[in-house]
Amino acid sequence: MALLQISEPGMSTAPHQHRLAVGIDLGTTNSLVASVRNGISTVLNDERGRAMLPSVVRYIDAQNILVGEAAQYAQSEDPTNTISSVKRFMGRGLADIGDISRYPYRFLDDPVAQSGQVQFRTVAGAKSPVEVSAEILKVLRARAEASLGGELVGAVITVPAYFDDAQRQATKDAARLAGLNVLRLLNEPTAAAIAYGLDNGSEGVYAVYDLGGGTFDISILRLSRGVFEVMSTNGDSALGGDDFDHRIYCWLLEKNDLSALGPQDTRLLLTHARTAKEQLTEHIETRITAMLSSGEVIDNVLSQAEFYDMSNNLVQRTLQPLRRAMRDAGLKIADINGVVMVGGATRMPQVQRAVGEFFAQPPLTNLDPDKVVALGAAIQANLLAGNRGEDDWLLLDVIPLSLGIETMGGLAEKLIPRNTTIPTARAQEFTTYKDGQTAMSIHVVQGERELISDCRSLAKFELRGIPPMVAGAARVRVTFQVDADGLLSVSAREMGSGVEAMIEVKPSYGLSDQEITRMLQESGQFAKDDMQARALRELQTEGYQLVEAVQNALAQDGDLLDKTERERIVDRVKALQESLQQTDSALLKRAITNLNDATVGFAQTRMDKSVSRALAGRNISDLEVKS
Amino acid sequence: MSLSSLDFQQNFFQLFGLAQSFQLDTPSLERQYRAMQMVVHPDKFAHLPDADQRVAMQQATFVNEAYQTLRSPLRRARYLLKLNGVDTQEETNTAMPMDFLVAQMEWREAVIAAQQARDANALGELQTRMQTETGGLEAQLADKIDTEKDYAAAAELVRKLRFLEKLAEEIHAAYDAIDY
Repeated sequence: MALLQISEPGMSTAPHQHRLAVGIDLGTTNSLVASVRNGISTVLNDERGRAMLPSVVRYIDAQNILVGEAAQYAQSEDPTNTISSVKRFMGRGLADIGDISRYPYRFLDDPVAQSGQVQFRTVAGAKSPVEVSAEILKVLRARAEASLGGELVGAVITVPAYFDDAQRQATKDAARLAGLNVLRLLNEPTAAAIAYGLDNGSEGVYAVYDLGGGTFDISILRLSRGVFEVMSTNGDSALGGDDFDHRIYCWLLEKNDLSALGPQDTRLLLTHARTAKEQLTEHIETRITAMLSSGEVIDNVLSQAEFYDMSNNLVQRTLQPLRRAMRDAGLKIADINGVVMVGGATRMPQVQRAVGEFFAQPPLTNLDPDKVVALGAAIQANLLAGNRGEDDWLLLDVIPLSLGIETMGGLAEKLIPRNTTIPTARAQEFTTYKDGQTAMSIHVVQGERELISDCRSLAKFELRGIPPMVAGAARVRVTFQVDADGLLSVSAREMGSGVEAMIEVKPSYGLSDQEITRMLQESGQFAKDDMQARALRELQTEGYQLVEAVQNALAQDGDLLDKTERERIVDRVKALQESLQQTDSALLKRAITNLNDATVGFAQTRMDKSVSRALAGRNISDLEVKS
Repeated sequence: MSLSSLDFQQNFFQLFGLAQSFQLDTPSLERQYRAMQMVVHPDKFAHLPDADQRVAMQQATFVNEAYQTLRSPLRRARYLLKLNGVDTQEETNTAMPMDFLVAQMEWREAVIAAQQARDANALGELQTRMQTETGGLEAQLADKIDTEKDYAAAAELVRKLRFLEKLAEEIHAAYDAIDY
């Protein structure tokens, strides 16, 4: 039986070989990378000791790209080429974004390129959110490799629990584009729970409230003897700390009677708004002063009370997903043993108070809310890479949104309900509704609403080649498989007549492997080492084949050569053999060319001798290798 | 538990080492489920070749399916009847006792009324009543399947439970709807 042939997990790893793996928190505002070193999860700092990399990418021209603080500084001065909060655009089309005037970017909506994902028009050309995110990931990858001193075997990338399939797929694509081997996509609140749970040896039911820069998640988990079981998750993938900044920004516009600011002034005031928000965590009021490009000076005092008032409905908006998650888990407030706060935005006192009141207990804040996600992701990455510690633990996560297909009348039929533990699969049979019908179109959607138009369309495909039968006789079996990353694949099969047709689809926003390869080749830099290594291996193969071919030819027809010619060839074979022992590609290439050149005459002579081998125009290595 | 001791040809009860009955040793099911996922889950294979990861995904999917089926009383009953060669005819057999159907209609109307009045308390009361009703049907199912082995009667109880499950879904949706 096939089962017996599988090695026990961990068996193939040498006991003392530590494989380098990292956890990456690819955040809306900031990104971090962490790794387990000497058994302890640690955030990796850059060369100047900074842990957080601002998730900002600036395109200066086609070759020069700035990421992080350097890009952030230029935000007000070069807003259209400086992309921040790119996470909000992952896996999204232009229609999903809403009020585009809120952003200082030049959007492109090309339905063909990038499979319908929105793109930014920059000085370096059109850039998709996947490409922009990949730039951030490349910097973190380089930081990790420099800091850990070796190549990474893989990375765990975190995503908001409430990210749908398209957003997850886009995140995975970005990681692959950055040359990272994705060990797993991990939900952010779950990552935080791992960091907390393993740290404190907790048991019981925990709620993780994760308010990031642009996304909100709530997850309810049960921790029991090393198993982290997500019971339910909910959230809002377009609500976060950025929205609180925006409230202050709107207040500034109103106070100063401003309208229709240019991108530079907009960025300037948003930056001041964020600073004011952070100030109000510790102070009861803050003063905002700024000079607009027109020379007009803004000078306002904002009190905590005013800020709480203007942002109250944002805080309230997070409570509805809380109620839903509790209902889905079938729990009462009293069942919750602890509440974990994650994300920089949970530092706001009004958020902590609202969450504390909801769960009737003060939330836990003993781990840094900015770092806890990366720390948890690193712990999982370490485990997935095969570095098993003494304590064994397991994570059982769920899909956040129901998956279904379109049925007659534009209605969505749910096949896999939200909060189903993954990996999971579900099959359903469908039939034809007309006599002789030979094709059937299948539309896959994700979401909780009944109408197809209110759900997210993930994929549309046609199943052709159904044998003509009377209506209702064909049996088409559609199978949904959701893997441990929460990613969906769909297959359909006609079974009624024994004739099978089968199709595999990827969600509309996903990139095909060919697209990824092309983008990798275009970007070119990241995989330089890999590509050089491969080029060297190819040259080496060529070199060995050439040496063997020439030696065979010398053995057979060596007598056709005069002494000088023969010595010249033998010398060059020797030179090639020597360069095959080294790793210098340029040297090896020269040695191959030299030997090839030296054998052209010999090949010609051999050919003349043996007319039956009418293979003019090739040199000796071809002859021997092909024969 | 080791991989080689798992046999995915067994039925769900055998897989978890449980008695094939409607009455369920839930703590034992949960313990076995977790122990099994500790062995088969794809996270345990993430450092191995793709082929191993695919097998792990399929096995973990199977264990999840088995666990979900046994954990839900309705799905467990349906599965038990199927193992005994009985089709519950939930799509085809709509002949239900008149008083049951009338009660169902009254429930539905009450849910709609509570939703329109945005009355969470009324929904809470409906939910409690519905849970009592469901518990009663489940107790009868245990009798019919485990003791009397009257599978025809059990199939009718399954059809009734299916109505109540739909009702539970509607109450759930009503909560979501009134929660602005």
